[in-house]
Amino acid sequence: MGKVIIPIGPQHPALKEPESFSVTLEGEKIVDVNLRLGYNHRGIEKACEERTYIQDIYILERVCGICSHSHSTCFVQTVEEIAGVEIPERAKYIRTIVAELERIHSHLLWLGVAGHEIGFDTLFMYTWRDREIVMMILKKVTGNRVNYGINTIGGVRRDISQELLKEILTSVDALEERTKYYIQVATQETTLMNRLLNVGKLSHEDAVLTGAIGPTGRASGIDSDTRRDDPYAAYDKVTFKVIVDNHNDVYGRTLVRVLELMEAYSIIRQSVQNMTEGPITVKVPRKIPAGEAFGRYEAPRGEDVHYVKSNGTEKPERVKVRAPTLANIKPVLKMLENYNLADLPIIVAAIDPCFSCTDRTLLIKDKKSNKSKIMDWESLRKYSIEWYKKRGIGF
Amino acid sequence: MNMIRPGKMIRQVLSSLIKKPATIKYPYVKFEMPENFRGKIKFYPEKCIGCKLCVRDCPSNAITITKVGEKKFECEIRLDKCIYCAQCVDSCLKKALESTGEFELAQLDKKKLKEIFHAQSEDGIKKET
Ligand code: SF4
Ligand code: SF4
Repeated sequence: MGKVIIPIGPQHPALKEPESFSVTLEGEKIVDVNLRLGYNHRGIEKACEERTYIQDIYILERVCGICSHSHSTCFVQTVEEIAGVEIPERAKYIRTIVAELERIHSHLLWLGVAGHEIGFDTLFMYTWRDREIVMMILKKVTGNRVNYGINTIGGVRRDISQELLKEILTSVDALEERTKYYIQVATQETTLMNRLLNVGKLSHEDAVLTGAIGPTGRASGIDSDTRRDDPYAAYDKVTFKVIVDNHNDVYGRTLVRVLELMEAYSIIRQSVQNMTEGPITVKVPRKIPAGEAFGRYEAPRGEDVHYVKSNGTEKPERVKVRAPTLANIKPVLKMLENYNLADLPIIVAAIDPCFSCTDRTLLIKDKKSNKSKIMDWESLRKYSIEWYKKRGIGF
Repeated sequence: MNMIRPGKMIRQVLSSLIKKPATIKYPYVKFEMPENFRGKIKFYPEKCIGCKLCVRDCPSNAITITKVGEKKFECEIRLDKCIYCAQCVDSCLKKALESTGEFELAQLDKKKLKEIFHAQSEDGIKKET
């Protein structure tokens, strides 16, 4: 049977963000997948070098709309490490609470998207309805539903009042009730199980080999979680289980996420209980001493890594972001092999991808001469104008 | 798999039939933003001392402070540039800036996205220019 190459994307109804897969098919079977990124490159790293540390928090927060707290916390932690400051206890707990609330909203969102991808829109509607509870509480605590802006270098910007803490606890109770129900749905609903079991298999060996992280890795038996292995914020003061599963498929990834929700509730309860009164910020000079540091953070999608180099001024010399999705791209290409084309949406969705977080500089490689060149802003602009002119669109 | 079973969520779905919708009928029903919501920025000219700390920390260059007279300052906020992070509110030591709960800021006319708080008006009422 002949091979057919099908392009999916950059614009495609099954994808929420622009990225381009070219899928080689033999009949219905996927034999090879090529992924091209770069349609969503926004130049955030470069922009950070032009701005002060304070301004960078807000830019980096916008790397991802769903795990915004992850990126801003990762960045401020790294900067705090260079500056050698220890943030107050209460600030650590507040960061932890917001981080877990964010994980809850992200995992509920994922559960809904996964339901939608397999045509189970009932699940999508109900999880997203329940997700409103956590969105509301996030809005009350931080002042917005997304891009919480709670972090600043040296602590957090807002305190959580006693009444709000109580409200968080009641919301957590309500959410826990709902999550228990979703665990039942995930383990008993036959449609869901039939559709997800044995789809997108990634064996433990392959997961290690391709470097899968986060829930994707944990569903293939990789027992790693930055929160436990290299604790930051207040994670060393709370106890929680790292959920590991051995299903190695999309079903396993679903289980890991719903069970992680239960752990998140317990972390929030412990944090609220352990919290003591006190200051929420320490003063950090605007000029960060020269040095470099590497920060790790367990985002809902996996480990997020930031590297910051400071040269003693108000602005960083280099900021490098490795969003979790980038690490999970190789595994997903592996997972797709030998499945049907119709499985592609759910397999890709199962890593909870976030492509705009992942996009980096464009490197163009000439296949014949094997030479590469980097295009700067000006030449890229010139190139695009020329490209349109040739097609009769003038500027 | 021979037995036909109703979906696990069927009860939940049926019980929703007799419940009210979970959504709010916005814009017919307004909803209040919580107390510390980060909405449109308000400027109090009488409190400003012109230190421009807010301008320095604004991540999107949305705020400008101009001196219009002896100890009189005017503030311009570009609503299209502002990302409503409220860093300027935190940076201001004189509490001359404040976040409000106002969030319906879409405009068809681009000119209306420029808000100027004049120094002379005591209450800081905006005037469009
Ligand atoms: S920081 Fe406050 S006092 Fe200083 S210029 Fe801005 S508004 Fe005025
Ligand atoms: S809210 Fe943020 S973006 Fe808007 S003017 Fe203030 S500092 Fe600038």
